[in-house]
Amino acid sequence: MAAKGAAAPKGSPDVPVDYRTIDRVSGPLLFVRDVANAAYGEIVEIALPNGERRQGQVLDSRRGLAIVQVFGPTMGINVEETSVKFLGEVATLNVSDELLGRVFNGLGEPRDGGPKIVSETRLEIVGNAMNPYSREEPSEFIQTGISTIDVNNTLVRGQKLPIFSAAGLPHNQIAAQIVRQAKLRDSSEGFAVVFAAMGITSEEANYFLREFESTGALERAVVFLNLSSDPSMERVVTPRMALTAAEYLAYEKDLHVLVVLTDMTSYCEALREVSAAREEVPGRRGYPGYLYTDLATIYERAGKIRGRKGSITQLPILTMPADDVTHPIPDLTGYITEGQVYVSRELQRKGIYPPIDVLPSLSRLMGLGIGKGRTREDHRGVSDQLFAAYATGKDQRALSAIVGEEALSATDRLYLRAADRYEKEFVNQRPDEDRTIDQSLAISWDILSDFPDSELKRIRPEFIEKFRAHPPPAES
Amino acid sequence: MPGVIARVSGPVVIAEGLANAKMYDVVRVGELGLVGEIIRLVGGTATVQVYEDTTGIRPGDRVENTGQALSVELGPGLLKSIYDGVQRPLDVIQKSVGDFITRGFVAAPLNETTRWEFTSVAKVGSEVLPGTILGTVQETPLILHKIMVPPGVRGTLTKLASGSYTVRDPIGTVSTAAGPVPVFLSQKWVVRVPRPVAQKLPPDVPLVTGQRVIDSFFPVAKGGTACIPGPFGSGKTVIQQQLAKWADSDIVVYVGCGERGNEMTEVLATFPSLQDPKSKRPLMERTILIANTSNMPVAAREASVYTGITIAEYYRDMGYDVALMADSTSRWAEAMREISGRLEEMPGEEGYPAYLGRRIAEFYERAGRVVTLSPEGRTGSVTVVGAVSPPGGDTSEPVSQNTLRSARVFWALDASLASRRHFPSINWLQSYSLYLNDLEPWYRKELSNEFVSFRQRALEILQKEAELQEIVQLVGVDALPEREKATLDVARMIREDYLQQSAYDEVDTYTSIQKQVRMLGAILAFGDREQDAISKGATVAQLQKLPVRTKLSRMKWIPEAEAATQFDALALEMAQAVASVGGS
Repeated sequence: MAAKGAAAPKGSPDVPVDYRTIDRVSGPLLFVRDVANAAYGEIVEIALPNGERRQGQVLDSRRGLAIVQVFGPTMGINVEETSVKFLGEVATLNVSDELLGRVFNGLGEPRDGGPKIVSETRLEIVGNAMNPYSREEPSEFIQTGISTIDVNNTLVRGQKLPIFSAAGLPHNQIAAQIVRQAKLRDSSEGFAVVFAAMGITSEEANYFLREFESTGALERAVVFLNLSSDPSMERVVTPRMALTAAEYLAYEKDLHVLVVLTDMTSYCEALREVSAAREEVPGRRGYPGYLYTDLATIYERAGKIRGRKGSITQLPILTMPADDVTHPIPDLTGYITEGQVYVSRELQRKGIYPPIDVLPSLSRLMGLGIGKGRTREDHRGVSDQLFAAYATGKDQRALSAIVGEEALSATDRLYLRAADRYEKEFVNQRPDEDRTIDQSLAISWDILSDFPDSELKRIRPEFIEKFRAHPPPAES
Repeated sequence: MPGVIARVSGPVVIAEGLANAKMYDVVRVGELGLVGEIIRLVGGTATVQVYEDTTGIRPGDRVENTGQALSVELGPGLLKSIYDGVQRPLDVIQKSVGDFITRGFVAAPLNETTRWEFTSVAKVGSEVLPGTILGTVQETPLILHKIMVPPGVRGTLTKLASGSYTVRDPIGTVSTAAGPVPVFLSQKWVVRVPRPVAQKLPPDVPLVTGQRVIDSFFPVAKGGTACIPGPFGSGKTVIQQQLAKWADSDIVVYVGCGERGNEMTEVLATFPSLQDPKSKRPLMERTILIANTSNMPVAAREASVYTGITIAEYYRDMGYDVALMADSTSRWAEAMREISGRLEEMPGEEGYPAYLGRRIAEFYERAGRVVTLSPEGRTGSVTVVGAVSPPGGDTSEPVSQNTLRSARVFWALDASLASRRHFPSINWLQSYSLYLNDLEPWYRKELSNEFVSFRQRALEILQKEAELQEIVQLVGVDALPEREKATLDVARMIREDYLQQSAYDEVDTYTSIQKQVRMLGAILAFGDREQDAISKGATVAQLQKLPVRTKLSRMKWIPEAEAATQFDALALEMAQAVASVGGS
């Protein structure tokens, strides 16, 4: 996606022809006969008998037959009078500075009553793949103010870190808190937020818009809204619209862009609907076999490019059906993204906010963003030690439920206590509490200092000496 | 005669009227000349999988047959390169067209203008066979590139001279039965056909990786095959990268097949600054990267593993030990599934094509320690390590199962280990290596007689621990006799102080196999002394408080250079410390 005008593919007819040759309407698909060679991916305009116009895209093109996916409902389309015009170009988005502060629908048309974006620059929304050789290693620590993320699953600029959640969990609050608090240490560089809603309720959308408004983020935001009441087929292009806007802001306007995509599950379901209508051989649970590739073309648009100032950090949100992480959507997402933040129902029930379960959470790029000169030299060791202590403590908790706490050894009881303190003091924080990394590390050390040195195997001895908060309690 | 497109559906294009089309011919599609490959012929139509995005292609566009099967170009300049799945150099693409890969771009895989100093070794007038070394080029300070007579060429060497050549200049001539054949610094080979060898040999030398759980417990042989199945987040990629960094092979080919772009960037950013432990040269000088990330075209992903293994075979033919890491073979299988689905083929299990198992087996069969085609019978090897990404971590799925049938080492990654940050998260009870018997003579000869028994004892202790844990779950640890508590104690030391290894710690990231023997020996010796002390009346609680234990847990941070002196001191201190408790 270099900035360029979207040239019409060569060989397209100079004057678009109206075809009134719809043969079949099946789900979201139109089968148009006697078409003179439609291009794969070409955009079409569909004129309904009542004068309404809708957009669609060519999914399969054969001699004399084009299969068109309609963005929007097929209600009102008939085979006799509806006409289809092949526009000779692929889907594009008009981009300019004016994008900031605007609200669009899932197809990139204004939704806020404002004017259309007029611009010389139109970008194809399905961009070319970023050359892996051009990428710059993401290594700048983003402080989110949330201890479980900053210490245990550190977010860096250019990363794609999804929130794995489920119905009834506060993923929206967590995402909003990250958007509100995310900052680089000592930096005043320009930032922007691109928010793409796919199939979420208007209540959820309003929550985000109010959040952005109250923190002043709205004027630095570009919003694409496809609500659950909007046509589901639009969702297939919404994330690509959003990422095209993000790429423009990041690579042409030098902004650091945080992209929130929610809910990826609705997106995948729309994709499944199209696939089913095309009668494709399904992969797992009816999702198309190319779901991995399709999701990758969205998620992989996060990143940084050497020699360009801006960056794209992605925060996709997905709700796991039945809290099942092996469901194809979270599963394939986890294989593409650079980690995941896992929202836990168990912690939620305990009244802990944010209920982030660190054990299945992960940030793959954490190693690059932490340590001496970035956060602090003891960060890696402290994080690993907290993980190990919490995992062991949870095991002991399960064990003590069976055999009783008295049957545990003294060391095991230390772990039990550490797990409780970890949840109550470290994980738990207020939705408006913005902890610095040093504050988060201080809480960590306060918990870890309950252990004798011999248990702190993940931390280098010199760091224990330097950062231990208090001596281990004397043996009882 | 060029053909005409009749249908476009994603990466699959159907063309009519292609003259002389053969299966697997490379074709150029449309005005942009997108690269594709013929994968089905029916009557007058050819089905083509296109290695680039087909948006904007329409029926009626022309299709040109190159008449050649998909090939790679092999010669000096491969090392330090980064290619996409069909061997297009990504650095050249970036310089020519910018940061996003535009379609239809053609670039020579090897730099055509670089001049290489060629030193001839073959005598003019001598008989040459496929694999005969004509001369050498110093490709990087680490690797001497041997210029070989290509497979299929034999005859009398009528002309050859040392000098400075590009890969396009003829360096000599071989007079064959079919006439004179010019030879170059480079040669071409079709990726889907294995390069021929004289003989396969049993693999009896370990690939030493510096990773304790692998070298000590589940080793892979040079020329062997290994697979790493595991759910996301279990550390597949880190293990693959650790192997690429530290394995004692001469050449590393790293295939990023349908994986993350930022991971390839990490390799690109870190390898030039990391040193090979033996030669102290940057690791990049022995490395070739194939990066077809998940968002790059799916058909090129399908080709990328073949491109990688063909390059690996070429260096093997020079007599080198080559390690190929494929991350991840599941993405390769999914690319096959996607193409197969577009072809509307009858699916096998889970929508994968019926030929999935055959393709996987064929790929792993290209590994091996071999006698190459050459007059002097050089040996070389290709070791293949494939990551597998089973959906939901469930290895009963087709890709894992077919891989397990081919690969002889199984490193089972365990999500529960990963979630407590026990890395590498290789499960010691489920994993296996079928090379142990083949490798045992090497261990006895090159390392120590004790190594094999250490391994066995350590695994027994871990097995015993698993059984004891079941009892502990019911009655609590306090109910166990002291001896069994001691077994749990040693098992924990093996897990935490030996098997856990941090890839991010500058010392811990690599442990020589000699230091591994010392570390494991020290833990087992401590375990023996514990049992002694207990029989004299000591308790495990007393033994756990000994300061020497902290030192044992920090063995991993002892630098290699100080290993000998520090471990001797540690053994002495351990004996005294335990004796002091046991005596009381």
